[in-house]
Amino acid sequence: MLKIILAVVGRDLKLAMRRQADIVSALFFFVIVVSLFPLGIGPEPDLLRKLAPGVLWVAALLATMLSLPRLFADDHRDGTLEQLALAPHPLGLVVTGKVIAHWLVSGLPLALIAPVLGIQFDLSTDALLVLTGAILLGTPALSGIGAIGAALTLGLRGGGVLLSLLVLPLYIPVLIFGAGAVDATVSGLGGEGHLSLLAAMTFASLGFAPWASAAALKIALE
Amino acid sequence: MKDRFNLYRFASPATFYPLAGKAIPWFVAAAVLFGLAGLYLGMLVAPTDFQQGEGYRIIFIHVPASWMSMFIYLVMAFWAAIGLAFNTRLSGMMAQALAPTGALMAFLSLWTGALWGKPMWGTWWVWDARLTSELILLFLYIGYMALTAAIDDPRRADKAGGLLLLVGVVNVPIIYFSVKWWNTLHQGSSVNLTKSSMVTTMLYGMLLMALCFWMYSIAVALMRARTIMLERERHTDWVKAELEGAGR
Repeated sequence: MLKIILAVVGRDLKLAMRRQADIVSALFFFVIVVSLFPLGIGPEPDLLRKLAPGVLWVAALLATMLSLPRLFADDHRDGTLEQLALAPHPLGLVVTGKVIAHWLVSGLPLALIAPVLGIQFDLSTDALLVLTGAILLGTPALSGIGAIGAALTLGLRGGGVLLSLLVLPLYIPVLIFGAGAVDATVSGLGGEGHLSLLAAMTFASLGFAPWASAAALKIALE
Repeated sequence: MKDRFNLYRFASPATFYPLAGKAIPWFVAAAVLFGLAGLYLGMLVAPTDFQQGEGYRIIFIHVPASWMSMFIYLVMAFWAAIGLAFNTRLSGMMAQALAPTGALMAFLSLWTGALWGKPMWGTWWVWDARLTSELILLFLYIGYMALTAAIDDPRRADKAGGLLLLVGVVNVPIIYFSVKWWNTLHQGSSVNLTKSSMVTTMLYGMLLMALCFWMYSIAVALMRARTIMLERERHTDWVKAELEGAGR
């Protein structure tokens, strides 16, 4: 079981590494969106400190979504996906591997760069730590839920916009607890509760979402 | 065997179409009757609220619409589950027929809520847990309709939409509670509806209006389902026979 997942992760990572520009552009999208907010709102540190968690998280949601349409589209175009669906292994395991690979190339870089952006928003060291932890914990859930949307919109016209319409409402709990964890730390309440809930959502979505996406892929491939 | 009444017979569009056609006038009549009775009780009989004055009477539209918007989503998820499990044609059509009504109810609930909130709370909108989750419900309806509209093959649209509905129905409680906690964590609920004791006439008025909304939703969903059936089954003999009969 683990072997299948690891094989898919390795393959997807290798493919992603051949196209590093895609990873970098999603990352810079994140950086640019976050940098736009101070320009739009004004440079007062108090205000920025208050907005930082929400701004960083919303930008993270959008950046993860940017790479979602490609999650299955390339494999669908060259027929790999059909072969994977025909293979004797459960399709859910393959999707789990793809979700993990997607997180490694889209969620993990966000978590690594988020503290740097947090400094721009004058966040304290504690808040920066919690922010990084929250993004690390929460983005796998985004990749998981996003995979369902990507599978449902596979091969449709206007798929990208449709995908955001389907997926963004489902992202709301992650946004609330992700930003809430940082908020609670800033206000001195401690973000442990939020982080635990984020972890719970991540595990739940990593457990269930791949199977739902596999069902959606089978509908799309019919 | 032949004469035994079999409910599954109506799982086929050819038999369900005439049944729905016969049922619609009844539901329309019931909707009108319940609506008239409910509006009479709500607008004329029910006493003026001592705190909110006459403005509270919007409750007779607002609450039934909110109930319906939530309930219709559950019914759609039910049809989606049936459709995915038994691969029936009709259930996907029912889910699609219900979606616009559900979205309309969610929108009505938000709209009347805003109209009610302005005189009572002094603002059109607050980020209250209920308002926010109703808004998200509207987003979910719109996502479902956008997805089914984007897929050309009706069978695939039914299945993909059904899967989305099931994912949505699992998520609705999570979203609701997260929004609730988010709100209470940020600030204490500054708006509190004083629903201490509802006068019986108000309650009956509201229940009658809720029944009216039920009947309306059923009637409209059946009409829409009939149109969808004709459109999808236009190559079959029964549709041709039906249309010829109607033209004569």
